[in-house]
Amino acid sequence: MLHSMINRRALLKGTGAGALALGSGLMSLPARAAGLTIGILYVGPRDDFGWNQAHAVAAAALKEVPDVTVVEEENVPETISVAQSMESMISLDGANLIFATSFGYYNPFMVDMAKKYPDVQFRHAAPLWVDGDPTNAGSYFGQLDQAHYVDGIAAGLCTKTNKLGFVAAKPIGTVLRNINSFAMGVKKVNPAATVQVIFTGEWSMPVREAEAANALVDAGCDVLTCHVDGPKVVIETAEGRGVMSCGHNASQAPLAPKGFITGAEYKWETIYKDYAAKLAAGEALPNFIGGGFDLDFVQNTPYGAAATPEAIAAADTARADVKAGKPIFVGPLKKQDGSVLVAEGASLDNYAPELNGTDYLIEGVVGSIT
Amino acid sequence: MDDVGLSTVLLAMLAGAIRVSTPFLFVALGECLTEKSGRINLGLEGTLVFGAMAAYAISYETGSPWLGVFVAGLTGVLFGALHGAICKLKGVNDIAIGIALMLFGTGLAFFFGKSYIQPVAPRLSSVELGSWSSDPNVQKALEVNPLFLIGILLAIVMWWAFRNTRLGLVIRTTGDSAPAALALGINVDLVRFLATAAGGFLAGVGGAFLSLYYPGSWTEGLSSGQGLMAVALVIFARWNPLACFGAALLFGAAGALGPALQSIGISRGYHFFNAAPYVMTLVIMILSISPKRSLRGAPGELSITK
Repeated sequence: MLHSMINRRALLKGTGAGALALGSGLMSLPARAAGLTIGILYVGPRDDFGWNQAHAVAAAALKEVPDVTVVEEENVPETISVAQSMESMISLDGANLIFATSFGYYNPFMVDMAKKYPDVQFRHAAPLWVDGDPTNAGSYFGQLDQAHYVDGIAAGLCTKTNKLGFVAAKPIGTVLRNINSFAMGVKKVNPAATVQVIFTGEWSMPVREAEAANALVDAGCDVLTCHVDGPKVVIETAEGRGVMSCGHNASQAPLAPKGFITGAEYKWETIYKDYAAKLAAGEALPNFIGGGFDLDFVQNTPYGAAATPEAIAAADTARADVKAGKPIFVGPLKKQDGSVLVAEGASLDNYAPELNGTDYLIEGVVGSIT
Repeated sequence: MDDVGLSTVLLAMLAGAIRVSTPFLFVALGECLTEKSGRINLGLEGTLVFGAMAAYAISYETGSPWLGVFVAGLTGVLFGALHGAICKLKGVNDIAIGIALMLFGTGLAFFFGKSYIQPVAPRLSSVELGSWSSDPNVQKALEVNPLFLIGILLAIVMWWAFRNTRLGLVIRTTGDSAPAALALGINVDLVRFLATAAGGFLAGVGGAFLSLYYPGSWTEGLSSGQGLMAVALVIFARWNPLACFGAALLFGAAGALGPALQSIGISRGYHFFNAAPYVMTLVIMILSISPKRSLRGAPGELSITK
């Protein structure tokens, strides 16, 4: 009897507290609207161990900032759904700033929304904004190839077979640049090593990614890395085959407790927090911003069990060098076809515009882009 | 291509055939059983994806991957039974219901599977059949999953049972001519219902292989249409369970061709090699189809051939 009484009291107390919380929640609604509400759209699941997760991790960090509310929507296809999702974030949640994180969100969807809602800020995660586009829209991006270069330095010192494997999705500029930068890192510390590339042809095709990873291990590669949407399968396959791995986009360290070296990660948190602070202070947001280690937009995953002390030291130095502006692409450097990319004594700046349109692989990379 | 390269590619294709074929095999056997009874279940892609999710979730929660495989089969039974029950109603098109169930199963799997993308579940272990060889690549290629062996056994048993048992005769009669089956006193609806449910079980198990063995994790993009390709594979195998096994191996090997060729340095035209399984399906379909006769071995009651 006593027992049930206590239970009833506890229940009443709980309900009362709940009602109070609900009431205060309702009352605090106008106050919340005065703060900053940020909407984020993802093209896939937030926890894909890849591109979307990198943004979601930053969104989670943003939620810790006082007076900031974050609203998220996953699996938004690159269709009219983008506009609908943005409208609902603006009209229902009162979003002041919207992050569109997928390439195809920009034109026409984000541009149209920016014209329709001039008081809302829109930012897109790829370098697509050009002069003449709405001024309340803009682009932000991270130069991940700098982090892949550091991966290459560490991987080049860890490999024993002098063969490294790269599972790549499609032969477009960003992917090729990441492969080249990884290979530059490898070659810098281990000129005898080669990087072998297998293209799967799709951003996400788990069975073929696993096949590609297995084929690379069969061919003698003892370090694998990748540029696909969700690196989970490649890293897990590498771990299963007992070879080492480097990550991509987000942290895959938990997937490879034995073979993980390090990984190339975005650090969107820097940009997102900076934007939130600027808006809170009433400052204007930049329309176009991109950077790497120098602006703290990219980072390397904390070293895993497979990273040797030598590799860690060399990678740390390389990161500091790139951060200070030391170039990755240093001559003499040839493309796969033997033509000269960088002459002896010359170098390409890490933000050189010609690197944006990379349509070649450098010498020392095995594999064809066609 | 030198000899080393050729043997590498052949070995990779053998390994690929063994690794990749199992989901094809299970879905194809399930579909074969269902179609033999005179009904088409296009929803097996959804069953496969849901089975993959269920197996991964159960394996993670209980620590027992084999329990996961079993539960994946049971969820497959539910989807199959749903299909079977709806199609029993008058005027219902089994192909349309199949497509609806495919979307339903996939969507439901994404919904329930959200929280299982991150955790790492215990996976199925494999049987080492390559210990006689000193070549580590051969050893790796012959590391087979027990489900693959069960699949082979099942194909043989089904092939034998269709020919030699009363149950096989009942299923075949139902599939070839419903009036004849009725005249024999067979409950046509019940046979089809059970065949669809059993077919669903096999497709669910096929999904479990995807998430618990190869590639061995649960993600929303896990199946790249294996469930649908397996349906085509049944037609191509002429509703013969043994041929289903051969076809599944062929599809697996074709899928391994692209990456294997790139790994030995033949990388030009990889888009074409990656498309090999699809090209192969088309070619074989074109070669084997004649406008003058209906498909050999096709059950007479199938809505696509009737």
